[in-house]
Amino acid sequence: MADALVTLDGVTKTYSGITALDSVGFTIAAGEAVCLAGENGSGKSTLIKILAGVEQPDRGRITFGGTQQGALNPRLSAEAGIKVIFQDFSLFPNLTVAENIAFSAEIGAGARLVHKARVQDTARRTLARIGVDIPLGAAVETLSVAHKQLVAICRALATEARLIIMDEPTTALTEREVRVLLDIIRRLKADGVAVLFVSHKLAEVLEVCEKVVVLRNGQKVAEGPAHDFDAASLTRHMTGRDVAATPPTPLPASAPELMRVQGLHKDGAFADVSFTLRAGEVLGVSGLLGSGRTALAKALFGLVAPERGTITLDGKSIALGNPLAAAEAGIGYVPEDRLTEGLFLTQSILQNISIGRLGAHAGASGVLNLAGLIDEARDWLKRLSVKAPDPDAPVRSLSGGNQQRVVLARWMARSPRVLVLNGPSVGVDVGSKSEIHGIIAQLAAQGLGVIVISDDLPEVLATCHRILVMKAGKLVDDLPTGQVSETDLAHRLAS
Amino acid sequence: MTTATQATPMTRLFASTEGRLALITLVVFVLMSALSPDKFLSLQNFTSMAFQFPEFAILALAMTLTMLTGGIDLSVVGIANLSAIVAAMILTQVTGSGDGVAVLMMAYAAALAVGLVAGLFNGVLVATLGLPPILATLGSGLIFTGIAIALTGGSAMMGFPPATAWIGNATLLGIPAPLVLFAALAFAMSLLLTRTAFGVKVRMYGANPLAARFAAINIDAMLIKVYVISGALGAIAGMVVMSRANSAKADYGSSYLLLAVLIAVLGGVNPYGGYGRVIGVVLAVLSMQFLSSGLNMIGVSNFARELIWGSLLIFVMIVNTWRAKGRRS
Repeated sequence: MADALVTLDGVTKTYSGITALDSVGFTIAAGEAVCLAGENGSGKSTLIKILAGVEQPDRGRITFGGTQQGALNPRLSAEAGIKVIFQDFSLFPNLTVAENIAFSAEIGAGARLVHKARVQDTARRTLARIGVDIPLGAAVETLSVAHKQLVAICRALATEARLIIMDEPTTALTEREVRVLLDIIRRLKADGVAVLFVSHKLAEVLEVCEKVVVLRNGQKVAEGPAHDFDAASLTRHMTGRDVAATPPTPLPASAPELMRVQGLHKDGAFADVSFTLRAGEVLGVSGLLGSGRTALAKALFGLVAPERGTITLDGKSIALGNPLAAAEAGIGYVPEDRLTEGLFLTQSILQNISIGRLGAHAGASGVLNLAGLIDEARDWLKRLSVKAPDPDAPVRSLSGGNQQRVVLARWMARSPRVLVLNGPSVGVDVGSKSEIHGIIAQLAAQGLGVIVISDDLPEVLATCHRILVMKAGKLVDDLPTGQVSETDLAHRLAS
Repeated sequence: MTTATQATPMTRLFASTEGRLALITLVVFVLMSALSPDKFLSLQNFTSMAFQFPEFAILALAMTLTMLTGGIDLSVVGIANLSAIVAAMILTQVTGSGDGVAVLMMAYAAALAVGLVAGLFNGVLVATLGLPPILATLGSGLIFTGIAIALTGGSAMMGFPPATAWIGNATLLGIPAPLVLFAALAFAMSLLLTRTAFGVKVRMYGANPLAARFAAINIDAMLIKVYVISGALGAIAGMVVMSRANSAKADYGSSYLLLAVLIAVLGGVNPYGGYGRVIGVVLAVLSMQFLSSGLNMIGVSNFARELIWGSLLIFVMIVNTWRAKGRRS
């Protein structure tokens, strides 16, 4: 295609031996919306970084408007009109809407002094272009997520964007907000601006897209006109199999109550949260990004201090806002962001497991029984079949799935009563994902209570006995897995 | 996975920070020996060096510990001087019988107590109140020095019982006492860091404070302990300085702070936390002392030495940062 805006051809990228992208090629035409679908870890983020000029591909060609590009850098990509809107929007929360919108354009124009009038003017014109009205003088931190996203789109437009890449654009939006976004996308397309949606849940944006490209494990596994795809076929291509949501073996009616949460309240995060968890039960907590699900997960483990409420385990109440007390009582927490919250990346694999067991292997003097500690950690590597050629190597060297198993092993080694898993399979490959689901089922079978916090609906449906739906900080639904479909659940989350 | 290149024992040795450091130490030693063979290679020079370095080497151990957590203790010299002055006040005002060993023990206990309390103060500032260590200890160091000046009016305190001289000037089986003290402390620190739950927590916290919190490590208790130990080491260094100078003064050892930081960084301790070995710090101490004595012998002035140390610190940091970048990409 001669008039393609962006052409990728045979783009390959490896990170320390692991192939993130393997000969990926596709084109984006002006005024076209393309859906780039793939699970976490499929290579989507790497592709964004390459287009944005942040990462250099090892092999392959990138062409902008017919001109083949050499080594890209962020400045060159920006000049070619490629703008990325990251999931966190990268806005300046303390600045006004107008300043945020005009910022990049002013910098791009080489302005050294702030022209208030010009800033206002740029912002007003850009907002008018997408037909949205947001107060120019409002501080961005006071806006809703949907409005922040619109500000980010305007900032891209203010700098002559020709391709806007949107990373996970819908994860935090309600259905109504998604519809507003889609209308704006239609206007942009009519203006000749191309859009690349990058996400692991794209069914909702299919209607405005011309083309779908699916990545799996770094390879392009499907490409075609958008009308050939639907939610089910997208999922099948992304995961490589039919994910039949087989709910877990039902919980015996005699299963005793293990944990009870009552009236838990944290200003601005969640309100009046109450639920019970039975021994052997897997309980799902699902909600959009920003629904308060992560704050609740952290509060259960004492990382967030609620103002009111009680958490009791086996009838004993646990001090709030104290992770040490929570861990002591038998609660474990596998965090959402493995790399920053879960792992000590530069430390050895064994060390990352054994850190939770120092107390159990230290004598009264505090001197460690190193042999015992290391043997136990090695044993856990085997039990969770972590593929670690060298257990003394930094944990950084492992793949996402194996890293997640290391974090799981750390907590499992402590024989907890309740495990809170926040996004248990974020960023792991499909194979590891089903193995992690197997581990969750095993833990429940041993009588643990497991709480799975996730917005990955097939995952929640496949692992949980019961699903709590969280919306704007409140638990709004309590659904047994067998009685709810994925579409129904998606609607309950986002309506 | 990384392909294992043909690694001879030699290339493996020099691939590690400590291995390279051993090489640097050797090069400095050979260089100084070549520049001034008769003076540098004399027994007298070695004895004199062995008396000189332990006082700042002990401070470097304290710096190593705090740096492993990603922090720093800029108050160690202030703690050393304040403890020495409290000890000196006891030594000069309490008259004991005989050689004054009993009074000396009392003075040492008081000095150590000052070090522990000062360290606790730092620990509370950093752990409980959450101040950045660099600013908290910069401020507390000024407080400690200020108290020391207030106690003495800024002048040196002298006139100690003879037993005071032992720790800084005696020899044990021909080995200088301060060197024995340093060796014992270095060995203890090495065990503490590698063989105890505390040491592992220190390193893991330094590697990723957030993950340490998510792993339910008692961070506050650990950090307070770190600064208390650092304070105690400061007090011990203060006792050695007092003994060797046979006096105590609020502004002794002002150049030791930079030197202690330099040694820790040169010794391979990551200033962002998470990595550092005592053996590296010992090698860095030796190379610094060889360099310093050697420069002295070829007639480089003391003032130029600070210039050299400062430049060396910046240089080592540039090399380390540059190497870390190379490894990441």
